[in-house]
Amino acid sequence: MAQNSAPDSSKRRLLLGATSAVGAVGAVFVATPFLTSMAPSARARAAGAPVEVDISKLEPGMMITVEWRGRPVWIIHRTKEMIDALPKAVEKVADPESNQPQQPEYAKNATRSLKPDIAVIVGICTHLGCSPTAKMKIGPESDMGDDWPGGFYCPCHGSKFDLAGRVFKGMPAPINLAVPPHTYLTDTRLVVGQDKKGA
Amino acid sequence: MSKTAALLQWIDDRFPLTSTYKAHLSEYYAPKNFNFWYFFGSLALLVLVIQILSGIFLTMHYKPDASSAFGSVEYIMRDVPWGWLVRYIHSTGASMFFVVVYLHMFRGLLYGSYRKPRELIWIFGMLIYLCLMAEAFFGYLLPWGQMSYWGAQVIVNLFGAVPFVGEDLAVWIRGDYVVSDATLNRFFAFHVIAIPLVLLGLVAAHLVALHEVGSNNPDGVEIKKKKDPKTGIPLDGIPFHPYYTVKDIVGVVVFLMVFSIIVFFLPEVGGYFLEDNNFIPADPMKTPPHIAPVWYFTPYYAMLRAVPSMFGSQFPGVVVMGAAVVIFFLLPWLDRGKVKSIRYRGPKFKAALVVFSVSFVILGWLGVNPTDFLGKVGSSDLDTATLLARIFTVVYFLFFLAMPWYTASDKEKPEPDRVTG
Repeated sequence: MAQNSAPDSSKRRLLLGATSAVGAVGAVFVATPFLTSMAPSARARAAGAPVEVDISKLEPGMMITVEWRGRPVWIIHRTKEMIDALPKAVEKVADPESNQPQQPEYAKNATRSLKPDIAVIVGICTHLGCSPTAKMKIGPESDMGDDWPGGFYCPCHGSKFDLAGRVFKGMPAPINLAVPPHTYLTDTRLVVGQDKKGA
Repeated sequence: MSKTAALLQWIDDRFPLTSTYKAHLSEYYAPKNFNFWYFFGSLALLVLVIQILSGIFLTMHYKPDASSAFGSVEYIMRDVPWGWLVRYIHSTGASMFFVVVYLHMFRGLLYGSYRKPRELIWIFGMLIYLCLMAEAFFGYLLPWGQMSYWGAQVIVNLFGAVPFVGEDLAVWIRGDYVVSDATLNRFFAFHVIAIPLVLLGLVAAHLVALHEVGSNNPDGVEIKKKKDPKTGIPLDGIPFHPYYTVKDIVGVVVFLMVFSIIVFFLPEVGGYFLEDNNFIPADPMKTPPHIAPVWYFTPYYAMLRAVPSMFGSQFPGVVVMGAAVVIFFLLPWLDRGKVKSIRYRGPKFKAALVVFSVSFVILGWLGVNPTDFLGKVGSSDLDTATLLARIFTVVYFLFFLAMPWYTASDKEKPEPDRVTG
């Protein structure tokens, strides 16, 4: 009976649509494990332990770099002169009050630190992730202009930061360098990656 | 029938060998007036073959592992017999690929090869260009030097600038919170298999589309409009084989001479083909004092640097850089000129093309240098190089965005009926 009748095109369209839809759903399910396999592995996620640093030998005006979660963290011992230069940089920087959440609550202050003389900053530019170069000397000695308040210069795209990691106005980098969670075990023993009460 | 003719017949009954040979070589009619600029398509194909062959031999000795990658490249250079040659061929091939592709694209601009009916050839070509950029970028991480590392860091962070999902996207691409062993391992997979497969498919599509509509030529007139009434062969067409195969061999010989001089006598090309900082192993704690991408990316890099952050985000710079590449796709629809070739274009298009080409080269030159290398503008805080980059970025985009107007109002000369020699 149906052998000679013309194919029912609307029925065909429905079957075609339904088959394609089921196929597409299947493709999404199959793609999920492959795409998810590219996310950080359990090993990569576990490698974020806090780092303990001895800062007893860190002289004023010096900095050391430690590795935390694969990133450089700078620990800078600011001199009196450097601390005094921070208020003078206020008019040059984009976010002098540290309103952007780039630091723990206890570092949202004029020096962006727990202690005025010790700064702990993640040394990764907030533009595209280069590590800025230290230009810590105040004034023309750093080769950054006569009124340079001391700070950091990113070699990749030219962003400038002061000695509290605050970004200058009009730079490629949009926000201040991050201050990681950190706490002092003693006066000279610092833990990076852990708040006081936490862990 | 001779034995070979019989064998050929046996194959032809089972596989379209003779008909394919005729369709694409001995009876593919190309315009008879191809000039110097028409070498670069076949040269790009040659470099593709060089890269695939040299790449296969490099993978036999290279180790995609963060702790041994840098060492394995040095091992190839010092201990593997002729390893230095294979590697220098591959590194020179990477840069030469972009040399011939940029010249090939410029040819398209000169003679309007992107115009109707060749829009899809142009789009496939642009996709090939995007694949090449991805291929070059993924490959550049593999030696695990300082430039490899920080270049990858910057480019992956471009994705991190995308609002809302950016940070998760960047972590997903890296497979870690920083560029690490996981990143190197997957970039190796992309570089040696994923992107090359896509690239080969696109090259096939580019050629199939080309052979469907036929090649453009320096006069920009369609040779298919004037055919021999008896044979149906275009009057201004000559068979690709033997005429252009033989001509291309001359191009290949000259090209290989240049290629060999670079490989044997100046493989680093003064730090432009192989950057000095990449002879230092990757150090995630320290960015080199001056980082720049390899020369073929620097025009876009200069644009990225030129755009200041806005609304607390560096996304605008990323958008400008992406748009600078993507805007090429729109070229067939932006051009409102009646003629295709520069020979019959009016003064406005000629001027625009010169200004655009100069801007592209200057942006490239700004991109290889640090932002402060030209000093400051007067007594202000603005770097002269940044100001220049901003100006030329605007000029670059104006070439495209103003094109519908200056091409439509241009004083063009009439096209000839047939090609002119």
